[in-house]
Amino acid sequence: MTGQTLYDKLWQNHLVEQRDDGSALIYIDRHLLHEVTSPQAFEGLRLAGRQPWRRDANLAVPDHNVPTEQRERSGGVQAIADPVSRLQVQTLDDNCRDFDIVEITINDARQGIVHVVGPEQGATLPGMTVVCGDSHTSTHGALGALAHGIGTSEVEHVLATQCLVQQKMKNMLVRIDGALQSGVTAKDVALAIIGDIGTAGGTGHAIEFGGEVVRAMSMEGRMTLCNMSIEAGARMGMVAVDETTLDYVKGRTYAPTGQMWDRAVSAWRELHSDPDARFERIVELRGEDIEPQVTWGTSPEMVVPVGGRVPDPAAIDNDSKRHAVIRALQYMGLEAGMPVTGIHLDRVFIGSCTNSRIEDLRAAAAVVKGRRVAASLKQALVVPGSGKVKQQAEAEGLDRIFLDAGMEWREPGCSMCLAMNADKLGAGEHCASTSNRNFEGRQGFGGRTHLVSPAMAAAAAVAGHFVDVRDW
Amino acid sequence: MKKFTVMQGLVAPMDRANVDTDLIIPKQFLKSIKRSGFGPNLFDELRYLDEGQPGQDCSQRPLNPDFPLNQPRYRGASVLLARENFGCGSSREHAPWALEDYGFRCIVAPSYADIFYNNCFKNGLLPVVLDAQVVEELFEQVYASEGYALTIDLENQRVQTPDGECYGFEVDAFRKHRLLHGLDDIGLTLESAAAIRAYEERAREQSPWLFDAIR
Repeated sequence: MTGQTLYDKLWQNHLVEQRDDGSALIYIDRHLLHEVTSPQAFEGLRLAGRQPWRRDANLAVPDHNVPTEQRERSGGVQAIADPVSRLQVQTLDDNCRDFDIVEITINDARQGIVHVVGPEQGATLPGMTVVCGDSHTSTHGALGALAHGIGTSEVEHVLATQCLVQQKMKNMLVRIDGALQSGVTAKDVALAIIGDIGTAGGTGHAIEFGGEVVRAMSMEGRMTLCNMSIEAGARMGMVAVDETTLDYVKGRTYAPTGQMWDRAVSAWRELHSDPDARFERIVELRGEDIEPQVTWGTSPEMVVPVGGRVPDPAAIDNDSKRHAVIRALQYMGLEAGMPVTGIHLDRVFIGSCTNSRIEDLRAAAAVVKGRRVAASLKQALVVPGSGKVKQQAEAEGLDRIFLDAGMEWREPGCSMCLAMNADKLGAGEHCASTSNRNFEGRQGFGGRTHLVSPAMAAAAAVAGHFVDVRDW
Repeated sequence: MKKFTVMQGLVAPMDRANVDTDLIIPKQFLKSIKRSGFGPNLFDELRYLDEGQPGQDCSQRPLNPDFPLNQPRYRGASVLLARENFGCGSSREHAPWALEDYGFRCIVAPSYADIFYNNCFKNGLLPVVLDAQVVEELFEQVYASEGYALTIDLENQRVQTPDGECYGFEVDAFRKHRLLHGLDDIGLTLESAAAIRAYEERAREQSPWLFDAIR
């Protein structure tokens, strides 16, 4: 018998029932909820007269709609200025109260982006199945968990049954060997992979990230990498458990302790692909070859190294690709063939479930320390991923560095990544953003997003345009 | 859930690859706590010339005349013809809700993003996968003849063009069964309640830390 991949093991461990029609019932250990994709699910339970199967497997936190401006935030739910946002956050509070589900509420010190909070609290652990009504749930795969986003019907399904009807995905290995250059981060690796395989490259697959570069990455870096699996088309990305994982998990609020910790660790040490495991697809990159990345277009695969140029549609043979490039250039207001360092920036956003952890903020602070953001910039926003990250950053004095540089230091939340709150781009504005999607209108109607790493965003804030952070 | 058996419907073209769910339904409309009413804001940023707000009367907004759904020949369309990787990005089920609320019952494309594909089946919406070359031909036919309609037969897994050409498509047996009969997923899973409890007992024995309560 050939060996199993990490994904095979996680799947097998959670198989409740294999059915003749090719589907399987998979048990869900942890269900995370937020305010945007859950109200209709709770309403469904009410209409059918159903109760949650296992209340204490759920954890809720509002993040998408919450204001990040201190004055508005300090008044709690009732002070949210936008009445539609306020109702949605209030509805999460009401539903969690009615169904007896633990919620980390808006002004709790532990509040933050659900994908930052889960691992930080130890609510997501190695070996778990983790789901949430949000595509960036793939983040939690960094812990050696099987984690993916679901729709609202499935949120209701998990609440009611603690299971999901699933079909097994194919196995894909993305192996990055060698070492990264100084100034190149997990975000650049993620963008380089997407640039290589495309936004549909991982469709139908569960991705495992491996190789020397991944083994050398911190948990924060691994979370960034797994977070963007969905931008490569894969619902889930994961990394095998090692000492880095165990060191990260130990001592967290919901992590096991004492003898139970030892038992868990011996089980977690099995969470890696066997040497003879088979992958349907293997993609290999060399760490040394990866440069700092900048997206120029309206899909994460429209990406080039910082020294690169915006493509010229005239040089593209494929009709569909050429049309997509023409449309993207038009939307982004860019000239074919121009260097990406020539793009003028209006705003900078450092935050989101991709890049708002302490390591990300340290990297950005190291770049702006003792400098000022360019006078041409309208705004440079730093939004920590959680209250805990914010506390840690303030203890290290990072907030002072950002404020002294002329940046804004905000309260935790999803913020300008998807602009459901007041933080958004104006029409035509270019933004260097550490978030995950550069889709049309994503950060505001007519807004133009360029995805980069935190260090690249910080350097761009100082220069007013993109610069190679390796030369910093 | 609505059943899907056989339908014949007017086809509207969505002629671009990698249509993401942000484009299908922009984030400001996700603030709704309801499951219905998203139709008027389907493809909001392509369909209207101004920035849409939740709760607005869309009949007063300036339309983008170049967008197919605003053209009289596509009025009443119930089949959307699309390109590869349709529905990529955010997991928002508001995307199939908006398509369904507008009046679409079927999408035909060469490929879909996984989460979107799965969400469609929960809402009586059938995402048909056809070969890219076939989809290309269908686009040409749609543009060439006004009133172009396709017949989609889920039972026989077949798409038929107005001139009688037939194309077979694949669909997973369990998804097909549920959609054909309009079955309630949760009700079906709860028939396995004993198996779920037996699993929990085994897993609790083996990995008790997975059952530590969130409190």
